[in-house]
Amino acid sequence: MIARVAAKAGFHEAGRPLLSAERKASISAWASKCGWAIISVGMFALIWELLWAVGLADPKLLPPPHVFLGNFVEQARNFNTAQRWQIGAGVAAGPTPWEAVGITILSSTGRVFTGLLLAAVGSIVLGVSIRYSGWAERLILPTVTLLAPVSPVAWLPVAIFLFGIGNGPAVFMVFIALFFTMTLSTIAQIDAVDRNFINVARTMGATKRQIYARVVVPAILPGLLVVLRLNLFGAWMVVLVAEATGVGYGLGQVIMLARNTFNPSLVFFTITLIGLLGFGFDWLLRKVQARVLYWVPENKVIAGV
Amino acid sequence: MSEPAIVCRNLGMTWNAGTARAHEALRDINLEVRPGEFVVLLGPSGCGKSTLLYLVAGLEAYNLGTLEAFGAAVSGPSPDRSLIFQQTSLLPWLSVWQNVTFGLALRGEPVEARRAAAKEALSRVGLSDAMDKRPDELSGGMRQRVAVARSLTMRPRVLLMDEPFAALDVQTRAKMQDFLLDVWRSSGASVLFVTHGIEEAVALADRVVVVTARPGRIKAIVPVDMPRPRDPFSREAERLRAELTGLLRDEVDRAFAEQEAFA
Ligand SMILES: Nc1ncnc2c1ncn2[C@@H]1O[C@H](COP(=O)(O)OP(=O)(O)OP(=O)(O)O)[C@@H](O)[C@H]1O
Ligand SMILES: [Mg+2]
Repeated sequence: MIARVAAKAGFHEAGRPLLSAERKASISAWASKCGWAIISVGMFALIWELLWAVGLADPKLLPPPHVFLGNFVEQARNFNTAQRWQIGAGVAAGPTPWEAVGITILSSTGRVFTGLLLAAVGSIVLGVSIRYSGWAERLILPTVTLLAPVSPVAWLPVAIFLFGIGNGPAVFMVFIALFFTMTLSTIAQIDAVDRNFINVARTMGATKRQIYARVVVPAILPGLLVVLRLNLFGAWMVVLVAEATGVGYGLGQVIMLARNTFNPSLVFFTITLIGLLGFGFDWLLRKVQARVLYWVPENKVIAGV
Repeated sequence: MSEPAIVCRNLGMTWNAGTARAHEALRDINLEVRPGEFVVLLGPSGCGKSTLLYLVAGLEAYNLGTLEAFGAAVSGPSPDRSLIFQQTSLLPWLSVWQNVTFGLALRGEPVEARRAAAKEALSRVGLSDAMDKRPDELSGGMRQRVAVARSLTMRPRVLLMDEPFAALDVQTRAKMQDFLLDVWRSSGASVLFVTHGIEEAVALADRVVVVTARPGRIKAIVPVDMPRPRDPFSREAERLRAELTGLLRDEVDRAFAEQEAFA
């Protein structure tokens, strides 16, 4: 008996590795994922470069990555910032190239984020009230159902009428693009809540309010975060469209500028930025998901990279 | 004699009544459950056993007859009648102890009182170590025990149990049955217990109610006059199992034929 205890203790003393096996496995899985991502993108870039080297890809139309990523300073000059729109500021005046790109990225990101947040909060509140109160349902649901399928692009003039130019219309566009569909999907999630959960609360004497606050809302959160993630790309698209049509400066506006001045290098440079941003955002949301929804097993949180 | 815990008179229930999908689940149920009595409902799959528990729990409305609990008509759920569901029903976003004291939290009891209550209830089901675990970290049997603990914290006068041990292996089930009998004795509550296991019925019941295939009606009520702890190999147990098997066989055949004709 004593020997066994001692052996056990000894095992713990000597046998504990620096990193637990689990942690090691997760690090190596992550490294292999990264490795494949690099190989995948690298291969794509290599093919592009090869096509350019043998003269198949015209650098004036399809400049290869080393061209459009190589002249950062040159590209950055096209990233307008608010200052350059000000009367009296010269073309040369303004922030450094890094600042210019950074400000542009931040302003687009901020719009996506703000719109997303407003739409998420608004749609949860509205969706829950529609299911909570019969009156809310009868008064509001038909309108929401009618407006949900309207393409966000159709709202663009409304955004401009209401908010003019600047952040307002772009945020409004993101909001409107997500709000109605997310409201409907909140309602669908509420209807799909496990009846047993609700019955448990009922047998314990829960009021309707308690059932909503303590059962329905926690139960629909995982599904809603998935919906939020799926709509993230839509939000980016809408912001780019809004910026491109001149309701604000930002990445969309840079793309439009590139189009008008026939600058393929700038297009691809901006596309690279947008791709990286979209990826980063998705990653962030997944982290939030894992954090907030600790009870949902990782592999159930929608398969992804 | 004190008044009965549950009284069903000509109780009938049709799901989706008045629609094209109407489905008669129960007809003419007449049953009395005395305080402190252990009644087992035995019947083929789909005969309406769960439905009857839902009615008694007040989770669904009956369409015919009367249903009373402690002299008052059942019109909705009450913490007095606690249902342990056929499927696991722990809330996955709450830890074990929070699940156990969910009902107390609804009444606004403070955290310390709730933790103490959870500790006591969990020790009664032999899961003191699981306080701070999450439901998905438990095995199926452990989850059912947590569900039992959760019901106990409500101090119900009637425990309704819907095949709580169906998913367990034989040894674990035997242990859980012993444990349930302990809890039942010490709580003094009536138990209405659904199973389709004949052995389980004989091991637990004061009376076994055999329910017919659709629509569910009471075919026979078989009293089990055996002292506890019961010997499953005794002559009396043998005889009761044979009797119940005979009563059930026709019903299972009928249920099968019906469900086949349905499909
Ligand atoms: N929510 C529901 N809506 C409509 N019909 C239902 C519902 N629940 C059960 N039924 C029907 O009522 C009948 C009885 O179902 P019930 O669940 O009470 O059977 P059971 O005896 O508990 O069966 P099992 O032993 O398989 O659990 C079945 O034919 C079923 O199709
Ligand atoms: Mg059932």
